[in-house]
This record gives sequence, structure tokens and C-alpha cells, in this order.
Amino acid sequence: MSALLEIENLKTVLHTGGNPVRAVDGLSLAINKGETFALLGESGCGKSMTALSIMRLLPDTGEILSGTVKLSGNDILQLPETLMRRIRGKLISMIFQEPMLSLNPVMTIADQINEVLKQHLRLNNEDAQHRITELLEQVGIPDAQRRMHEFSFQFSGGMKQRAMIAMALAGQPELLIADEPTTALDVTIQAQVLALLRRVQRQRHMAILLITHDLGVVSEMAQVVAVMYAGEIVEQAPRQSFFAQPAHPYSQQLFASLPAKQKRHQELAVISGTVPSLSRKFTGCRFADRCTYALARCHDTEPQWHAIAGNHKVRCHLYDPAAAPVQDKPISGTALKTAAAPPQSPANEPLLQVAGLKVHFPIRKGLFKRAVGQVKAVDGVSLNIFAGKTLALVGESGCGKTTVGKSILQLIEPTAGNVRYNGNELIGMRREQLRPLRSQLQFVFQDPYSSLNPRMRIIDIIEEGMNALNIDAPAVNSQASQTPLSREKAIDALLDCVGLPSEAKWRYPHEFSGGQRQRIAIARALAVNPRLLICDEPTSALDVSVQAQILNLLNTLQDEFRLAFLFITHNISVVEYLADEIAVMYLGRIVECGRIDEVIENPLHPYTQALLSAVPVIDASSAVSMIKLKGDLPSPASPPAGCHFHPRCPHAMPVCSQSYPAVSTISPTHYTHCYLYSQEHDTD
Amino acid sequence: MPFKPVILWTDALVFLVVFIVLVTIWHVRSNEHLLAPWRRVGHSASGMSALTVLLVFIFIGLLDTLHFRPALPHTDSAGKSVYSVEVLSVLDIMLTPLRANVEKTYSAPLATHLHTKETVDLPDGSQIRTFARLEFGGAHLQNPETEHLQDIGWRAAAGAGLGLLVWCGLHAILCLLMARRSSNNFAQCFQAVWRRTTEIPWYAVLITLAIITVLTGVIGMLAAHYHVLGTDKVGQDVLYLSLKSIRIALIIGTLTTLIMLPFALLLGIAAGYFRGWIDDVIQYIYTTLNSIPSVLLIAATVLMMQVYIETHPEMFDTIAARADIRLLFLCIILGITSWTSLCRLLRGETLKLREMEYIQAAHAFGVSHWRIVSRHILPNVMYIVLIATVMDFSGLVLAEAVLSYVGVGVDPSMISFGTMINAARLEMAREPMVWWALLAAFVFMFTLVLCANLFADAVQKALDPRIKTYRHYNHPANTGHSAAPATTQQAAATQSTATPASAGTVNRPPQP
Repeated sequence: MSALLEIENLKTVLHTGGNPVRAVDGLSLAINKGETFALLGESGCGKSMTALSIMRLLPDTGEILSGTVKLSGNDILQLPETLMRRIRGKLISMIFQEPMLSLNPVMTIADQINEVLKQHLRLNNEDAQHRITELLEQVGIPDAQRRMHEFSFQFSGGMKQRAMIAMALAGQPELLIADEPTTALDVTIQAQVLALLRRVQRQRHMAILLITHDLGVVSEMAQVVAVMYAGEIVEQAPRQSFFAQPAHPYSQQLFASLPAKQKRHQELAVISGTVPSLSRKFTGCRFADRCTYALARCHDTEPQWHAIAGNHKVRCHLYDPAAAPVQDKPISGTALKTAAAPPQSPANEPLLQVAGLKVHFPIRKGLFKRAVGQVKAVDGVSLNIFAGKTLALVGESGCGKTTVGKSILQLIEPTAGNVRYNGNELIGMRREQLRPLRSQLQFVFQDPYSSLNPRMRIIDIIEEGMNALNIDAPAVNSQASQTPLSREKAIDALLDCVGLPSEAKWRYPHEFSGGQRQRIAIARALAVNPRLLICDEPTSALDVSVQAQILNLLNTLQDEFRLAFLFITHNISVVEYLADEIAVMYLGRIVECGRIDEVIENPLHPYTQALLSAVPVIDASSAVSMIKLKGDLPSPASPPAGCHFHPRCPHAMPVCSQSYPAVSTISPTHYTHCYLYSQEHDTD
Repeated sequence: MPFKPVILWTDALVFLVVFIVLVTIWHVRSNEHLLAPWRRVGHSASGMSALTVLLVFIFIGLLDTLHFRPALPHTDSAGKSVYSVEVLSVLDIMLTPLRANVEKTYSAPLATHLHTKETVDLPDGSQIRTFARLEFGGAHLQNPETEHLQDIGWRAAAGAGLGLLVWCGLHAILCLLMARRSSNNFAQCFQAVWRRTTEIPWYAVLITLAIITVLTGVIGMLAAHYHVLGTDKVGQDVLYLSLKSIRIALIIGTLTTLIMLPFALLLGIAAGYFRGWIDDVIQYIYTTLNSIPSVLLIAATVLMMQVYIETHPEMFDTIAARADIRLLFLCIILGITSWTSLCRLLRGETLKLREMEYIQAAHAFGVSHWRIVSRHILPNVMYIVLIATVMDFSGLVLAEAVLSYVGVGVDPSMISFGTMINAARLEMAREPMVWWALLAAFVFMFTLVLCANLFADAVQKALDPRIKTYRHYNHPANTGHSAAPATTQQAAATQSTATPASAGTVNRPPQP
């Protein structure tokens, strides 16, 4: 089979700032017809620049220095722009990460697809309309006839990505470049979109260049995997052999830094340092500075490709047959350090009790802003969090997880319910009354880019809470020395505790990377000696290796200060790694709650089962059949009658659409709301 | 005493503004982290050039603000000196020849004859219609037709030479000062300036200064014997009118902004931050205010003010005081009618900011509303305020012209760009056209507004910590200013900590 796309020694630079940034530096790859080629790497390693170089859609500052990109034998880098325009959308098309940003909100979906059709196929109006319907049906948009005339904001996130795929398919391309196609989507929607991509690929015999940072997605989709690091490919292999035995130390470290159930109570392997700046010149292996197996010559000689087996090749001196014996070839997982298992504390009074919490937002309409309806973002949530324990709140986006977190802290005023912290009822407290308790409960936000004020120095950011709550020295310091420290020393100790140098306090947030910013956000929360930390997806904006650093940090902090965590996330593997208890939330209500082993081993609610099965599994050998959910999350403004989940539930019974199921207690710590299990009517 | 100082209302406010600016500068200088961003303003070549020109304008404006009444030669019956009813400024004294040399009517720039024909009595008693010689412009020439151009050329060259001489002196003083502050000698400093390796782009400042000194020299030499920008209808020198207008433009621009800012900031941020009924009330107020044509409102107020002034003549001892109080009220009413657009912008921005996670984090710490507004919201909306005020500055100067046209602008006795432009309305319709008054007003206003815009641009860039200003030195081992190596280190430090994705991008956009 001849290669459809061949890239030979592609070099792309970005001319910004002082030195040119070598975003893609000597990249070669070949993609066959009908093959899925996954380009894997962390942010900032040049994946997207590779895709844009192929499309020749680089930003103005970008320039392709050398190399060839051959599509079916023709070098498309030599083509004039007018011919290139015929290739884009016709032979190669692309789907982007953010479906919300890649559709024009003032054009209907049909008009946008029609643009592609007009450019590449000469169809009359009627045929075009017919074709659009066909495309939308193909990507699984129900009622395509009607919905094609809707605007993109009337579509949900998953639907938008489907429409985007339909648009990409309109020109019947031979190569589809998918740049992080599912990163912005929920797991169940991600599973739908990935399945759609696989189906379309089979039907069309189309090649896909899949760009992603998610090992799970790679293992589900790819036939060939290439790992990219600092502008070049460091390892390339067929999927099976890559997942069976990753060869490059970087690939191994990536695997090791993934959180998982088996690694509970262990420290995750962390890749030291950060991805090097691409504007500097490299002499040896680009990974040498962070590699635990680095040899002397790794720093001065650039490694060549070494074949391991079949198509599995790697760019690393460790595999050089001419080199020293390979007995110390790294094995993934050895870097793990086993920490002591946390002492089993007897379950006494919970630190935080949430009972029947409701947050309803009124929908106002008309001249006098009368409330015409309510969005029931949180509709009767009850939780217990014990000191030193972690409760994970899991659910898809839009199910009200974050609202629960914020309403516990009274950042959003709850409509009804109780939130008791150490016996103090928080709901209904005035701002001044609440202030003494503020130091006990703290929040770590999802997006480290918007949670730090860009115009304040780190010292001012950290000091803010201490000033507001009149705290002189955080508890972090109390072990270090008994004498009270000065404010500045206290902040130094705090920064040290989260692994940042003390000079960092004089800088502004923009000078830090995402992971470092999240550390600062954690330090800010710790500055006021909290007992409970509510973490709202603290790692979802971060790369895998950085995520491992933050998870390790959270783990250490919990052990040291007996912090309790309410961990809000949609990432099941993080939950399995970190949480003691798990609560699964669907459309404002908790559908299942229990100890982590109970829920993960034996998920009872159909939604939990579907959620767990939708998580892409890295182990290629596992044969868990995926439970596919139909449709999207319904709007919380008009939740379905009865059990909220019944329209999407594979086990729905007539009774499900009539009333909400009561609690079914499986064990003292495990309960669910589902008619499949015996109902208790006495508890209410 | 040969004079009696007069402090008009606007003078007092100008002195207050100057005092506040000086205190702020002193405060910033004593705080290293506040000083750092302002140092970055100094890195912008265009910003520094604009600042140089602005300072010249402000200097002229301030000279014009020092008012006094000169003593008359005679004394009253009690032996006390009597002061003139005419209020003069220091600038008036400096420009006495320009002020005093009044022609009959229009004359073109550098002309020796009037612009229009008039009937002249000849010594023999007959009358002819001709372009009469000017009383002052080119009066020293015996034979204007042949000597005129040559004379102008020589005087311009002499002026340019003088200007260059002054410039060289300034340059030498600068290099001497630099040499004293650093360990380098004079020649090294001189080289550093022109190889552009100094921290502050002195070359840009010096080039701008060269242009200013040469222009001043040329104009100064010519102005002694000619009307460089011509004369207006009543024969006043247009250059003098233009220089006098600078103070009015600066006052209308700054005082109106100062009056408008508290309204816009307070109400805009309060509406966006507190939402609810506060938002409703504030929105209602500005929507109502906005829907009244502002010219109507201003006309009504100014006319009421005029009536008040005329019925209380005892309150104002000079014409200048009357004109000044009218100017002050014009500023106030312009401020009150023009805060709405900025208020609306600020409300929108605050609505966006209040949902930011760092504001929520502050709530989680129980930080008071006042501190959240002053520490989190205000610094993040300052860029809008800066841009809006500079944009408004030009708009306000123009608004003054429009209001003068309607007859409710500054007092007719006051010289302003507005009155000049207003007069130009008729002059442009004449045949042959009188273009110089409008051109003079245009050039002065254009320079002023352009410099204000460029400087505000530089300030805004420097004050935003997200925008990194990299300095590229022509010589890595630079011999320039002592502070220069520190900035290179800073740039290197920021580069090493930035993520690879942003390492190359100079301007990282805020994440959505």
C-alpha cells in the first residue's frame, strides 16, 4: 500500500520575539490510505503546527523553512495558493479542538456546509441541499432535514463537533486532520464522536491524522502512534507494540504519570522540569535534561533512529545496538515510590455535611423580569465529607458539579438545604458571620489562567486571603519552626511547600506555566489554614505529566495536614487514583454514592456503568464492551419526568418515566437511586 | 509690587492636578514594583518622542496659567499702586511683540502686504485701491518685492542654526548627566545614545528635540519681523492665537476628564459588580441622560450661567474671571454629559470580570467588596479608562469648537481652537480663501492629540504585565546605561519560566 501523505524533514519556524521558535524541527512521517495515525504529545511540542503546516494555514509569523509534504506523490508545499485552495477541504480537511469557536454563529449549519460544497463540487441547489442532509445524517444528527437550518448556538457541544465533522467530510477528503477533536467534550460524548470517526473512516477508507495528548484516545483509535517531543518525533510504532512496550523514556514516563487505580497511595512518576523552549538550539537529545536514564553522550550527540521490532522505531541512545549493553533498559513503573498507606481513621462525625442542597436559577423574561421557570442546577444533593478524606464528585459538564462546590462556599446562594461545617450551619449566614469560617473552607479553581489576577504579584495574591482573614502564619510553617515567622518568610515557606522557588513571589502570574499557576492557586488556598479544600477540576487544563505533579502535591498535602478534599472532576482515572469516596451526579442529583472500590468494582446505576465504560481504556487487550449512551445531557431547565436518566438509559422501564426512584441502599456506605434495585420507601 | 498675582478657578484646578501628578510621581518613585512598569514606558521610542512634544505643550500651557495683573504707571490717591484690569499671563509677556503687533485685517503667512485690497491715500492726495503694506510684518524691508524671499531665507537659516546650537547644548548636558550617573565617560555615553544601546531611547527624544528646537529657532527669528502664520480678521497674529489656545484645549481635555471619571468609574463598576437594583437604577440614569441631546443640555446650562454672570457683575472683577468661570462650567457640564459611554463600557467589562475565578477566590477569602473593587476590578479596567479618556480628549476639544459655533462655547473674549475654527467657517468661504487660521488650528490640535494618543498607547502597553516588552540590543556587550543589563536579565528570566507555547509569543492573550 502506497503512502497517502508523506512528510519529509519538515521544518517550521515561528518568528516571534527574539529568536525564531522551531516549532517543527525535521519531522518525517508517512500515512497510508485508510489508516489512523496518532500524533501524541504534550502541549507546546509542535503538534498543531505540524497540522497547520500540512494545510499551509500557518499564522503570519510562521514559515516553512524546508522539507516536503507529498500528498499522493505531489509536493503540496510547491503549489501556488490558488491550487492549494482546491486541496483544502477536497483532499485534506481539518477539524479543530473547539467546536464552539470553529463554527460561525451567524450562519446556519447548512450554509456553512454549502460553502464547502460550492467550492469543491458543482452541485445545483437542490442536490446541495440533498447532500447536506445526507452528510448530517451520516454523522448522526437526528432530524437533519430541520436541524440543518438551525444556527450553531442551537446545537450542543457534541452536535457541533458532529456538524464540524460533516463539514470536513463534505468535500470527500482522503485525509482528515483531527486536532484534539474530543478534548473539549465529555467522556460519553467523546465516545460517541470517536465511534463516529471510526465508522466514517471505515466507510470512506479515509486516512486520519489524529492529534491528541490523550493516551486513552490514541489506544482506542490509532493504528500507528508517533510520540512528538520538542518539535520532533521521538518514537513511532504500531499501536499494539507501543502500548505493550513503550520504548522511549519519554513515552514510558507519560505512561507512568497517568493516574490509575493500581497506583493508589503511591506517588505518581513525574517528569522533572518542563518542555524546553523551542527557541533554543539543541545539541543532543532534546529529552536528555529530563531523562532519568540520560547518558553522557545524550547531551552532546543527537540520537538516530533505532529499530526495535518491525515498524517500532525509537530515537534514543539506549537502543543503539553499537552502544553499551542494554540491561539497564528502563522498565516503566520502576520510578514509583510507595508511600505509606494513610492510617485508617475511624469514621466519626463528618467534617462537612450537605443535606438536600438545592440551587435553582430563575429564568426571567418579559418587561418586569418575571420568573417564568427555573434551572434546577442542583436539585437535592446530600454529601458527607470526613476529615482527611477525599470525596470525588463525578459527572458530565452541565450536571451541576461546580455549582455544588460554589454553593457550599456560599459563593452562589443556595435555594434550599443545609450545609453544616463542624456543626455550624453555613446557609443563611451573613457575610460578616461567614468570615471566620472562610479560612476553613477553600476553593481551587479549574482554570489556572483565570483564577489569578494578572495585575497582581504572587506575593499580593497569596497575601490577600491572609490579610482579609487576619491570619499571620499559615500552618505550613508551624512544623518548620515554633517561633512565628514574618509574613514574607511565611510566604516563602508556603511557596516551598508547593514546590516553587521563593523568588517567585515577586513575579506576575503570566510568567508561570499552567502547572505552576495551579501550584500558586493551591498555595493561596493553603495560606489561610483550610481544613477542607474544594478542588474544581484542578488538573483538567493541564498536561498529563503536570497533572501528575499536582496530584502528588495534593496527596502529600492531605497526608501532612489531614486536609479533606471535595474533588470535582470528570476524569475517572484521577478519581480512581485519588478518591476515597465517589458520588456520581447526573442533572443536579446524585445517582450513586459509595466507597471508591464499591462503585468502581460494582457500578450499579446504569449511568455510572455507562460513564465508566466510556472512559477510553489504555490497555489494548481489555475487551470491556462500551455502553453507548444516546443523545446529550438534557437541559436542567426542563429535566425529563421521573428518573432524569430514563431517556438515555438502556434499561429504562415504564415506571422510570413516572416518578424519581427512591434510595436503594446496597451497603452502609453505598447507595443509588434506581428502580433496578430494591426501593426503600421508609427513608425520606 | 509691579504686579498682582491672579489665580482663576481653572488655574487653581490646574495647580491641583499638577500637585497630584507630582505626589503620584514621588510615590511611584519610592516603590520599586510600581516603578518597574513605568520604566517600560521609557523603553518605547514613539512613547518617549510623544512625551517630549507633550511636555512642550504642557510647558506652554502652564506658562499661560500663571496669571497676574500688571501695575499701572500711576498710583491712586492713597499712594497705592493701581493694577490694570487686563489679566496677563507669563506667556503673554514672553510673546509681547506678537500680542502687540496688530495689523488692520487678514494677511497671509510671512506676507508684507495685506490680504485684501483697500483704498489708500497717496501723499499727493489721490486715492488708489491696492494691497497696503503691513504695519509690522516685513516693515523693515525697503523693497519687499526683491528682498522679501532672501530676507526670509537668511532669517530662517539663522534661526535653524541657533536652534541647532541650543540642541547641541541640550545634548551635551544630557551626555554629561549620563556620564555622571554611570561609570562611562562622555564619549562613551555619546556613542551609546546614537548606537541606541541606552535603556531609554534617548536618540528618539533627541531627534524630536532637534525638530522642536530648530522649528522654534526658525519661527522665533521670523516672528520678530513677520507674522509667521498670518493674521486674522482683526489683524491678530495667528501664531499667538494658536499658542494661547493650547491652554484652553488642555484644560477642557483634562478637567472634563477629571470631572467625568468619578461618575463613570463609580457608577460603571458599581452597576457591573453589584448587579440587581443598583444596576437597574444606574442603567436607567445613563440611558435617560444619553437620550437627551447633550447640546441642548449644555446650551441650557451655559445660557443660565451666562445670565447669572451678567446679573452678578460685582462677583467678577475682571473680564478674564468672567470668561474663566464660564469655561469651568463648560467643563463641568461637558463632564456630566459625557460620562455615560465610558460608564457603559466599564459596566460591561465589570460584568465580565466579576465572573472571573480570581474574583470568586477573593470572595472565598471573605475579602470586602471595597477591596475587591479597588484591587481586582479597578486595575483590570484601567486600560479601558486610559484609552477612553485619550479618545475623549480629542473629542472634547472638538466639542468645544462645535459649542462655540452654536454660541454656547467658551467666552468670545477667550482665544481657543474652537473660536478659531468657528471663525474659519466664514474665512473658508471668502475669495481669495483665508486658509491659514484653520491650518494653524488643525496642525496644533493634530500634534497635541496625536502625541496624547501615542503616549497613552505606550503607557497602556507598559502597564499591562501580560505584554512583555523585549529590548533588542545591537551590541550584546553593551556599554550603555548601567540599568540596561538588568532588563536583559529580566527578559531572560521571564523567558525561561514561560511555557514553551508562550516563550516565543510576545503577547499572550488572556485565556478564555
